[in-house]
Amino acid sequence: MRKLALNDEILLKIEKPARYIGNEVNSVMKDPSKVDIRFAMCFPDVYEIGMSHLGIQILYDMFNRREDVWCERVYSPWFDLDQEMRKENIPLFALESQDPIKEFDFLGITIQYEMCYTNILQILDLSEIPLYSRDRDDSVPIVIGGGPCVTNPEPLADFFDLFYIGEGETVYGELFDAYKENQRNGGSRREFLEKAAEIEGIYVPAFYDVTYKEDGTIASFAPMNPHAKARIQKQVVRELTDTCYPQAPVVPFIKVTQDRVVLEIQRGCIRGCRFCQAGMLYRPTRERDVEILKQYAYRMLRSTGHEEISLSSLSSSDYSQLKELVTFLIHEFKEEGINICLPSLRIDAFSLEVMGKVQDVRKSSLTFAPEAGSQRMRDVINKGLTEEMILSGAGQAFEGGWNKVKLYFMLGLPTETEEDMKEIPRLADKIARRYYEIPKDKRNGKCQITTSTSFFIPKPFTPFQWAKMYTNDEYIARAAIVKHEFSEQLNRKSLKYHWHDAEVTVLEGVFARGDRKLSDVILEAYRLGCLFDSWTESFDNEKWMKAFENTGIDIGFYNLRERDVHEIFPWDFIDIGVTKDFLYQEWQKALQGETTPNCRMSCSGCGASRYKGGVCIESKN
Amino acid sequence: MKARIKFRKYGVMRFIGHLDVMRFFQKAMRRAGIPIAFTGGYSPHMIMSFAQPLGVGITSDGEYLDIELREAIDSEEAIRRLNEVMVEGIDVVDFCRIPDDKKSSGMTIVAAAEYRAVLLESAKSADITKPFPDSWQMKLEEFMKRENIVVLKSTKRSEKEVDIKPMIYQMCLKKDGICLFLAAGSEQNLKPDLVIGAFLKFINEEPNGVPFHYHRVDVYARQPEGTEHVCQSSKNIILEGKQHTFIPLSELKII
Repeated sequence: MRKLALNDEILLKIEKPARYIGNEVNSVMKDPSKVDIRFAMCFPDVYEIGMSHLGIQILYDMFNRREDVWCERVYSPWFDLDQEMRKENIPLFALESQDPIKEFDFLGITIQYEMCYTNILQILDLSEIPLYSRDRDDSVPIVIGGGPCVTNPEPLADFFDLFYIGEGETVYGELFDAYKENQRNGGSRREFLEKAAEIEGIYVPAFYDVTYKEDGTIASFAPMNPHAKARIQKQVVRELTDTCYPQAPVVPFIKVTQDRVVLEIQRGCIRGCRFCQAGMLYRPTRERDVEILKQYAYRMLRSTGHEEISLSSLSSSDYSQLKELVTFLIHEFKEEGINICLPSLRIDAFSLEVMGKVQDVRKSSLTFAPEAGSQRMRDVINKGLTEEMILSGAGQAFEGGWNKVKLYFMLGLPTETEEDMKEIPRLADKIARRYYEIPKDKRNGKCQITTSTSFFIPKPFTPFQWAKMYTNDEYIARAAIVKHEFSEQLNRKSLKYHWHDAEVTVLEGVFARGDRKLSDVILEAYRLGCLFDSWTESFDNEKWMKAFENTGIDIGFYNLRERDVHEIFPWDFIDIGVTKDFLYQEWQKALQGETTPNCRMSCSGCGASRYKGGVCIESKN
Repeated sequence: MKARIKFRKYGVMRFIGHLDVMRFFQKAMRRAGIPIAFTGGYSPHMIMSFAQPLGVGITSDGEYLDIELREAIDSEEAIRRLNEVMVEGIDVVDFCRIPDDKKSSGMTIVAAAEYRAVLLESAKSADITKPFPDSWQMKLEEFMKRENIVVLKSTKRSEKEVDIKPMIYQMCLKKDGICLFLAAGSEQNLKPDLVIGAFLKFINEEPNGVPFHYHRVDVYARQPEGTEHVCQSSKNIILEGKQHTFIPLSELKII
């Protein structure tokens, strides 16, 4: 029988022991004496969040297909267990073998959002791995980071041995082979890192020197080890259909956020919204073959027993075979009581028809993300959505029986004026008016238009990477303007308004575009007790402000400055395909309110075509 | 058509709570391709009910769930298919047809449950047991001779004093642990730790300082009146001078 790392007394005392015992359906067990590489794959948040992440399931499956690798999972222990582990000196362990992480060859951490940075330190700390990479010797695992946040890994540079930049499917094999060879030759940690640095897409932060100007911006950023490359090429899978996909993902015992089969139908987005980092990072847009997806859907539902399947992509409506796929899913699985989730669909006749088939119209709500209230602002962000399109979509939905609509907007976008802010409630009101145009006897009571705003955060590798942010007070003032304008609307009783907190926005802004100097703040915040910062109940802004104060780091430098065209950004050494020139050109067009066509309408020459895949070669076939 | 599934729960699976075991079986039905019936409506769900929830930490040899089938399936085949998709710590041991009527459902007929309580060296592990002190044999007899055994029973909302004596059908010391035969079901239900807690208090021990592990042996229904059902595993209990016969839920099947 399996032996657990935690004793019964602890397991019966903590919340949800199922988070820590492994043993789930489709989890992979191997004989540790028969593998060469033991890899601990970590999502630095609680189990229910980590288990919902598709990327880890893909890599878990891919690594475990190799006979010489055993990939296991590890997530952040929640506060209750964290405390027990420190009290009883229990080292952090992997779910499958329950063995300590410190005995592994690799600890891979996926970094999905900025507010998990203190959790990364908790993982290292509880694993008894020195926090700074420079303090690690040959006895501890190689700590590797991946995921969207490593497109600017600099705030975390001191804590990682290496970063994998880009999509995980391409060079892990090479990395593992290099590791095995180094082990066979009795090579040191440093020798392995030097070999790794020669692999495309692998960045070893310790091999680079950064110097700063007097104003705090970067003067130079260059490799100081002959094995390190001056520029790191982001990894991209050329043919998505040919990559492996988990046919039997792990099925958690407890309810997790994503408790369903997830079918990734495409990667990337053709739209080119200027605020969207994913839209630039995952270029070119690549589709998976619809016939293969049908097989996957069948096999995954069968192997997991899930009662729900969801399509995953940045913009499902742009998937060319959507109609065929959705029709297949409804036809094949609806009878078996399988729910079909269709997120990120544009509202049109087709999507309304299928949504009417897969969900209860009276109970469900429709979601629009106009992102900005005024047409001027939507042109600035290149949203490609007109008021007419929104109103006609809503109108069709209302006539189809829906009466609940959710709207998502951003505040604090570049060039935003008070008038732009006020257009948000006005648009919500126009949608409500459209509803009340339907004769009373044909509509379903009152409508409910729920509007949420979040504050815009400029991200690296977007046209808005030069933009400035605002202070906490300024954000709140903007939300107040919107709130006041809501109370002026005719249909105010049918309108609801929520806004997100601004404190987290400020911190996310700092880390999104931060540099190496920030590792001190992260460590200081962790020392002061910051953990699970993405959880409202545990986020403690006072401690964070204290951490900035104690380390003498100025938030204004990162957030309140409009960046100069000549400034060297901390992430400039990464080549994502899309060029800095293209991004700057887009920034200038944004300031003029000029739009750019999407990738299928015409190629704008962003640079991603060098990867020779997906939408970039569609028309040339 | 209805079927009753009997399963064992042991090992690390004792840390999986009742609601999650239900979810586990819902997914297992799909993986095994059991032709289970669904309710109608926009969000159809499986017709499945569990006889008696089991607390976290407790192991069991006799857990039950009833399901409704769309079409017949051979019992041996169903057991084989289900066990192919189980995890370590849950084994399906029986799958049998039961009467279709509501009053035969596991949830309705549960009347008693049998437990075994063993003394542990430490709360840290349920695997290392230790023998009972010699004095316990007599003390346990004294405990059971009492007119009433009043304990503080706390529910989610309130605490109240309850006499649990009438719900203890049997309690005796055996080689492999304290054997408990307790009232169970929707009308009255007694958890084994409450009985052991009362006993420890009776012998002046601090309940939290004496670690126990509990194991459910089986779940029982009353022998239907007017039937002459004889099975080896039935239990005859004298309550208030009258004999009552209890039989395991797995015995109430259509043969």
